Amino acid sequence: MSAVPDAGRRRFLVISLSASGALLIASRRLLANPAPASLPPELLGDDLTELGPFVRIERDNRIVIGARGCEIGQGVMTALPMLIAEELDVDWNQVRVVQLPYGYIDTDKGPSNRYGDQGAGGSTSIPDAWQELREAGATARWLLVQAAARELHLPAAQLRSENGEIIASDGRRLSYGALARAASEIAPPDQPLALKSPENFHIIGKPTRVVDAREIVTGRVHYGIDEYAANVLVAVIARCPHLDGTLESYDDAATRRVAGVRDVIAIPGPKSDAPLDGVLAAGVAVLADNTWAALKGREQLKLTWKPGPWTKESSGALTAAANELLDKAANGVSVRSDGDFAKARKQAHQVVEARYEMPFLAHATMEPPGALIEIKQDSARLVASLQSPDGASQMIAALTGIERKNIDIRMTRAGGGFGRRLKNDFVAEAVLIAKAAGKPVKLMWTREDDLQHDFYRPFGVHALAATIDRRKHVTGWTHRCAATPRNYRDAGMKDRPIYTGCLEPDDFPAGLVANLDKTFFSVASGMPRGWWRAPLHTFHAFAVQSFIDEIAVNTKQDAVQLRLDMLGEPRQIPYRGHGGPMFDTGRLANVLKLCAERIGWGSRRADGHGIGIACHFTFGGYAAHAFEVSIEGSDLRIHRAVCVVDVGRVINPLGVEAQMMGGTIDAISMALHLEITVKDGQVQQHNFPDYPLLRMAQAPREVEVQIVDSAAEPCGAGEMGVPSAAPALANAVHAATTVRVRKLPLMPELMRML
Amino acid sequence: MPNPPEHAVDSAKPAAAKPPAPLAISVNGKPYFHDGDPSMPLLWFLRDTLRLTGTKFGCGIGACGACTVLLDGKAARSCVLPMQAAATHAVTTIEGLETHALHPVQQAWIEEDVAQCGYCQAGQIIAAVDLLQRKPKPNDDDIALIGNLCRCGTYPRIRRAILRAAELIEAERK
Repeated sequence: MSAVPDAGRRRFLVISLSASGALLIASRRLLANPAPASLPPELLGDDLTELGPFVRIERDNRIVIGARGCEIGQGVMTALPMLIAEELDVDWNQVRVVQLPYGYIDTDKGPSNRYGDQGAGGSTSIPDAWQELREAGATARWLLVQAAARELHLPAAQLRSENGEIIASDGRRLSYGALARAASEIAPPDQPLALKSPENFHIIGKPTRVVDAREIVTGRVHYGIDEYAANVLVAVIARCPHLDGTLESYDDAATRRVAGVRDVIAIPGPKSDAPLDGVLAAGVAVLADNTWAALKGREQLKLTWKPGPWTKESSGALTAAANELLDKAANGVSVRSDGDFAKARKQAHQVVEARYEMPFLAHATMEPPGALIEIKQDSARLVASLQSPDGASQMIAALTGIERKNIDIRMTRAGGGFGRRLKNDFVAEAVLIAKAAGKPVKLMWTREDDLQHDFYRPFGVHALAATIDRRKHVTGWTHRCAATPRNYRDAGMKDRPIYTGCLEPDDFPAGLVANLDKTFFSVASGMPRGWWRAPLHTFHAFAVQSFIDEIAVNTKQDAVQLRLDMLGEPRQIPYRGHGGPMFDTGRLANVLKLCAERIGWGSRRADGHGIGIACHFTFGGYAAHAFEVSIEGSDLRIHRAVCVVDVGRVINPLGVEAQMMGGTIDAISMALHLEITVKDGQVQQHNFPDYPLLRMAQAPREVEVQIVDSAAEPCGAGEMGVPSAAPALANAVHAATTVRVRKLPLMPELMRML
Repeated sequence: MPNPPEHAVDSAKPAAAKPPAPLAISVNGKPYFHDGDPSMPLLWFLRDTLRLTGTKFGCGIGACGACTVLLDGKAARSCVLPMQAAATHAVTTIEGLETHALHPVQQAWIEEDVAQCGYCQAGQIIAAVDLLQRKPKPNDDDIALIGNLCRCGTYPRIRRAILRAAELIEAERK
């Protein structure tokens, strides 16, 4: 495809998003440059016919749709273009999807993005795009209809569209390809367009395979790690293993003797107590012609590190500190307080109490962090696996002084994200090295680098107490959480409450129990903290949903019925956290009931198998999990795994099923074996042998995913499949063994207790 | 299969009269020479020199399987296989699996919509090819012996895809 468009006559429709989220549509004539610098080559051609920033139609009727999101395995490269294609009224098989680059633009109102929100986090890609991208597709279709009306001398009302054609009431047909050029000359509509009603959907709701599956299975798809550039040097960094430690001295003589090593560059770490918004640790970078030379050179470095202020930090000490805070109940921050729990406790027939401990977790994306960067005098180019290209753009601008409009950022398909790539510390490292080296740099992280230097899911202990009356009703509830706060040295979160990301005021059973207290206690730690898939929810749903099970056991009630009783009549109750503003008790009860039915809840087991269940509301989605397990020697066998989910209207059922299947297995992996521990102010895990992700032999053969048919607003699906799985598993283990595991990871604890 | 960039081929050619003798290796049916460090793992030769980037780095210690290739037709972990050990052998990478059409395992992977992030899938596919050569009709336990890691949790669809590939291969034979 040659890319020499006749610029003078081209008109681009520039659709950008206003602060309020409404689509602003304008057109401008491009005179100087043939195309915006960051337009991918796939969207260029010798017959440039663009209908808005997302759609290009070739004369031969091939449809090219740009995918704006960061594809980290959650399926947005497929699902987002489906929204556009639906309203554009094309045959999905005609569509070719291309990844769009980061779409920074300067506007009168400040920085903006021609494509809208491109980040990946909080399961927001679908809800953010649901209106916007359908409107983008509808706008392109409207332009084609107007062009056809002129061509056929018919009013637009007498035209309809179908599978990439405009069809007139008299039977005449024009292909989109034949109309595209004329359509691109037409001014976009000044009124919002009506969108299809759901009964006319022919793409949304249809099972649709990953669009670039062929490139994936042939090894042709490029991840960030697969990018090279002319004269690029591969860099690896030896980072300080001590939390907030510094580089005292280093000797690189032996390193520089390694064949292929070109340079050695020291990188200062963040200042102790300063926000962790650049590099994560002090280090020494080795630059070489290839990865192997860089790794060998790194091995030859003689490094003297100075430990930081956290030399006494250990996981054992953190557990002790958290429990002491909970024992003394001093210096807590009230998160929510309803009614009078103390009074409920005095009047209680029975009180149930338990504590649950959650470890730090690393992200361990299969593709480790890394970046390819080229920095020139007034411009920069980054190619990387990202979740926050906007953050990367700001990072590069801050470290180089280059204007953001001159920073070209390409997001590749990413080998997993899970929240790790919401941070851009690896981009900061690459920038600093490239600046110092004066050459393009391809930064590589090894698995050891990754596990040792992450923004870990917080550690914490949850203390729960429930008061029960004579009729076995839960009359009071306290949830006290002592944890390493998520917003530690996070400049973007400095104005958020200390408990953000660890304890949510309105989560279950808030609003359902008259007397309720939630309190947060802060545990000091030097461990960097970040978001880990369904962050807050994986952190506390294990405690809440295990505890409900304990109440049921202690009061001899059915664990499903107890949850249903607490949820009560289907109704909407306020929920201020992400996924609100309302929480629908009926939708959570529904997935729980369906899940219980599917697993065969209530049937007596005489074979040593145990069934456990749990449910949770995450970011607007409702999920329930149930497992049937048995213990055989030192093995936990998962005989059945059921996940029922209600994520509102489903865009791609195959994608939602994949997310629930994967989320369930990810959660099993995390719950059974994974923890990051710290000793003497150093992370103790190094590679997969001591951070053992689940393998196929340990995974359930099938995850039975049931998706609730719903017409509610879609809410995304990347994270809902995780939080309720770990407690359902622990509840199943209890049912099988009568052993209650209150500390994750589950397997070491279970083996200790059995 | 994409052609490796020219400079990569140049650097992979034998340097004139420079000891030690370059290592000869066949990758996807084509001969190459490596005149660099003989202890360099095959993975980095494939990626950095030949720019065959379909074979992935995941752990560097042979624990995760993202780097799996076929060495003389058998699955091998290229991140811990030094070039001196790989030399004289025939290597097939994910890029070399497709001949006139997709390999049935690749076809099955598409049909069952296995990939999520997709990063580990090249290694999973190579491991499945190896398994199906040894066990044309694998049972659940045979399949579970594939120890390649997938953080996305695609294992159930990998299982289905392997069973589907077994059917496709059998149909091809008939």
